[in-house]
Amino acid sequence: MISGKFFAAGSDRRIFVAIVLLVAAAIVVPVLNVAVPAGSAFHVPPYMVALVGKYLCYALLALSLDLVWGYCGILSLGHGAFFALGGYAMGMYLMRQIGSRGVYGNPDLPDFMVFLNWKELPWFWYGFDQFWFAALMVMLVPGLLALVFGWFAFRSRVTGVYLSIITQAMTYALLLAFFRNDMGFGGNNGLTDFKDILGFNVQANATRSALFAASAIALALGVFVTWLIVSSKFGKLLIAVRNAESRTRFLGWRAENVKLFAFTVSAVMAGIAGALYVPQVGIINPGEFDPGNSIEVVVWTAVGGRGTIVGPIIGALLVNAGKSWFTGALPELWLFALGGLFVAVTLFLPKGIVGLWDQWRDARAQRQVSVAAEAGTDIDPTPPKIGRAQSGAPTGEWAKPSGGPEPQPAE
Amino acid sequence: MSKSGTILYLDGVSVAFDGFRAINKLSLVLDRGEMRAIIGPNGAGKTTMMDIVTGKTRPDEGEVFFDGQVDLTRHDEAEIAMMGIGRKFQKPTVFDSHTVEDNLVLSLNGPRSIFPALFHRRSAEEARRIDDILGVTRLGDKRGALAANLSHGQKQWLEIGMLLAQDPKLLLVDEPVAGMTDAETEETARLLKDINQTHSIIVVEHDMHFVRELGVKVTCLHEGAVLSEGTLDFVSSDERVMEVYLGR
Amino acid sequence: MILPALRCPPLILSLSKGHKSAVFAFLSFFLSLLVVFTSPASADEAALRAIIAKFAAAQNFKATEAVVQELAATSDPAVERPLAALAEGDLYFRKSDSAVFIGKEAGQAIKLADPLTSAEAGEEPKAAVTKIKVNNALRRSIRDALGGLTLGSPDANARIAAADTMFKTPVAANVEALDAAIAKETIGSVKLKLEQARASSVLVSDLPEDEKLAAIDVIAGIGSRDALSLLTGYETGAEGALKDAASAAVASMNSTLALWASAQNVWYGLSLGSVLLLAAIGLAITFGVMGVINMAHGEMVMLGAYTTFIVQNIIRTSFPGLFDWSLAIALPLAFLVSGAVGLAIERGIIRFLYGRPLETLLATWGVSLILQQAVRSIFGPTNREVGNPSWMSGAFDIGELSVTWNRLWILAFSLAVFFLLLFVMKRTSWGLQMRAVTANRRMASSMGIRTPWVDALTFALGSGIAGIAGVALSQIDNVSPNLGQGYIIDSFMVVVFGGVGNLWGTLVGAFSLGVLNKFLEPYAGAVLGKILVLVLIILFIQKRPRGLFALKGRAVEA
Repeated sequence: MISGKFFAAGSDRRIFVAIVLLVAAAIVVPVLNVAVPAGSAFHVPPYMVALVGKYLCYALLALSLDLVWGYCGILSLGHGAFFALGGYAMGMYLMRQIGSRGVYGNPDLPDFMVFLNWKELPWFWYGFDQFWFAALMVMLVPGLLALVFGWFAFRSRVTGVYLSIITQAMTYALLLAFFRNDMGFGGNNGLTDFKDILGFNVQANATRSALFAASAIALALGVFVTWLIVSSKFGKLLIAVRNAESRTRFLGWRAENVKLFAFTVSAVMAGIAGALYVPQVGIINPGEFDPGNSIEVVVWTAVGGRGTIVGPIIGALLVNAGKSWFTGALPELWLFALGGLFVAVTLFLPKGIVGLWDQWRDARAQRQVSVAAEAGTDIDPTPPKIGRAQSGAPTGEWAKPSGGPEPQPAE
Repeated sequence: MSKSGTILYLDGVSVAFDGFRAINKLSLVLDRGEMRAIIGPNGAGKTTMMDIVTGKTRPDEGEVFFDGQVDLTRHDEAEIAMMGIGRKFQKPTVFDSHTVEDNLVLSLNGPRSIFPALFHRRSAEEARRIDDILGVTRLGDKRGALAANLSHGQKQWLEIGMLLAQDPKLLLVDEPVAGMTDAETEETARLLKDINQTHSIIVVEHDMHFVRELGVKVTCLHEGAVLSEGTLDFVSSDERVMEVYLGR
Repeated sequence: MILPALRCPPLILSLSKGHKSAVFAFLSFFLSLLVVFTSPASADEAALRAIIAKFAAAQNFKATEAVVQELAATSDPAVERPLAALAEGDLYFRKSDSAVFIGKEAGQAIKLADPLTSAEAGEEPKAAVTKIKVNNALRRSIRDALGGLTLGSPDANARIAAADTMFKTPVAANVEALDAAIAKETIGSVKLKLEQARASSVLVSDLPEDEKLAAIDVIAGIGSRDALSLLTGYETGAEGALKDAASAAVASMNSTLALWASAQNVWYGLSLGSVLLLAAIGLAITFGVMGVINMAHGEMVMLGAYTTFIVQNIIRTSFPGLFDWSLAIALPLAFLVSGAVGLAIERGIIRFLYGRPLETLLATWGVSLILQQAVRSIFGPTNREVGNPSWMSGAFDIGELSVTWNRLWILAFSLAVFFLLLFVMKRTSWGLQMRAVTANRRMASSMGIRTPWVDALTFALGSGIAGIAGVALSQIDNVSPNLGQGYIIDSFMVVVFGGVGNLWGTLVGAFSLGVLNKFLEPYAGAVLGKILVLVLIILFIQKRPRGLFALKGRAVEA
């Protein structure tokens, strides 16, 4: 049944294409980078591999936000925190791998601890010399935070903007905490100067290509898992909770558990994205917790189109490519562009690029139907698709009240 | 009053919002298998009473028992729904961005936890029940349509269908025939009487023809308390009811 | 509540301003002494000169100190001038004839003046004179000596200062001088100070025990930190009944001081609360009353602060005499600037997004980025200097409580803004229209209220209030493009904590969060305290999702 749906037309085909493209990129790009000589027209330069690899991690982060925002209506302004926690877990592993090659040559303690005169490794750094342990923590720590935070928030029915604001406060609190030296995570400077990952030099071309491939595969897996979730009965439930949370309760569903599951899965995905990101950029510091970062993720998702799975990926790639170009060419103007993008997307592109594309295609199909009807040809007059409710106009909280937009006092 | 044999038992229930007493020492007993019509002017506390029964609002004082033994004030909406109390809202509330069929799928009784939902496969039994309900509610040809695109009357039917799918012991039905044609109203009355063969029902309705059609015991609420109770003829000839509600 | 505490520098700055003025007062006090004490005729000027001349022969600090003591022993007010000069390092002797002078550097030369009369005595090149060296120990004994001398000063303030100095550095020898001064003293407050100084001196003397017990009582009655440290120091060395008395006194003083410390914390908390109130009060209108999530609210505050900067700049260059009025001039301008920007945002963006709170949040975040970058492009990314008018500088003490004027003014100002707003909302027809529109838009509209205009003006009002908050915050915070960002989370927390749509809730929320924050700080440190408050609020929202003073009812729960 899954496979049948998987190769079906429409949005499901879009998922399939996305996964194929990502897997292809995971194979082709490293080959073009490592095996093709530098002079060749087909050579992919290393900086490009690193840059796009970074974008893929952002895309996975945006996808994780899409699961909670697009499908469940939870606008998290703190997803950057899960990303950063995953990144820190990976960073701790990479720090432990430096061993005695640090500036101070201490085999056990990372440089910053020696610098702070610490005598022994804090307990929470134990185990991070093992990759499997770090990999587990990459998922466990963000997942656990999401579980605890979500349990409190959803159980007491904090919704809408209130939830958004407390998620922002959460990442802000973590930002403050990680800036402290005595937290034991390198304070202001964070974790950096990495040497090896799994015994390979992080700076080496081949390692970077492998990390790129890993990011592309992780993103492909993320797409697949998200698609599995949203196309199951649980996915229908998610959308039901988004549109009419209290109605689901009267049907006997525990809306808080539905949200909690989605939030936790999403946080784990964000953590994995962060873990893949850190070895590719070579640093993780408290700046990743900045509320501004989290809210930027929201705009990637909005630009691409929330609730569409591929939309956030397109959005993350486009906006970050734009950012790279702007900060190189017109650094002064980047924040104007980003700010303008926020305004423009919310005002003119509420469904994002993918939503716009769907609208255009539906409209064209409608036109063809009517043209065909006039011409007397026999074309199946049913509207193009019915199974794709999720990318249709989201209602409930998002719906404009009848009679035009009007302010409503906050609940 | 004995609670045994009752499906719903409210005694001395009061609730106030910022000093306004929406429900004031309300006592109401529904026997198993009974259907009751509740009438009363706006603000009489009809919807608040349903909120209390379904766990949305906690009463300040009073007892609320379901099935003779379950104290409903100790449970939340989802638990109460799982025990077997279904509710249709005054304003039809369906999942707009789902199809009619998916609305029913989400309502079908069955396990309500996350993982069964995640790995759910529709069984032949479930498919058959959905077909049945679509037949009863005459939404068969709308099976794949988005709920948002239904007319008001169709949404009413869909919500009744969702109640049927839930298969609760007690149905709370708030203004089921608003927006329906006369023929549909009659049809609804027939359907409710049909459901009443196996279920207990409370119907809130302003449409006196519909209430007469049902032919059941009537309770008139006013200012959060029972004003009059009995047959429709008895209640509608009550001076006080005429005063506050029906008019002379 | 987050950034104000992180941004300690402004607070420290204002405290140090207070210190500066104290130092200044001290200096001017000495200067006035010099003016007052030139006239009294010396008993024996020649004898004084002979002693002063010994400075030239003193080979080391010890010898210099001996000369100082000898001068002090004369009890002649005239020796103040050379002693003060010595303390300042301005006493020289000429190498050629060992004559001692007060010198002032003038380029390569030293201007010389007579040590007693300060009559001019020509100039010498630097190489021709030697400075008489002083160290800290010496400065202290000079200060003590001067203190003893000024006990007889005709200026009451000078006598008090002398008594204070003696109190802090008790010497047994002072008892006699103090007894004499007490006998002569006619002003009650000065007499009290003298007696306190005497008590501290008695403790270090070899007077009988009952005298010392009385002295302990006197000192305990002062209750200041200085008195406490004096007694604590004494307690360690004392024995028997004296030790018991001292211990008891220390214990009771400690508890009194702890009370004062709590009072100080409350004051700091109220001060922080007033900052939070200012930042949140505009939001209480836009978010609380209208339900609009304005993430650019902090930038409205920032615009107000920059308006103050521009106003002060114009005043500095064109009308320097008006500087003390700069804030009063900036207030209406800031209100207009932020209000106009708010109006533009409402008309241009927000009105299309009513009913879609999350999208409003995103769009206004975009606006905040644009405003920040615009200010950064125009004014540069660094902090701009906004000065305190004279009436906002300095500090004063209430008991053991130190209160800075700028914080006090801001507290008063925040309350004034709050009550003004309350008045507008509850007592004016505009406020009535605002409340009508939020309560039932359709009804209000059909009653002839132009709801779009009410929306726009309400939003402009909220923004304008943020602007005037910016004027006040420019006095204690760094005026930079990031000024607003620090307040946005805090402001939302205050409004949510207090209960949305309830102005009183905002007031209570701001002050309780401020005080809570300041009471956590000593135990947890500033940053951790901040984090704790955030966590507490998050937990609180779980418990009461609609804040402290939330409305209840069917409509709200729908």
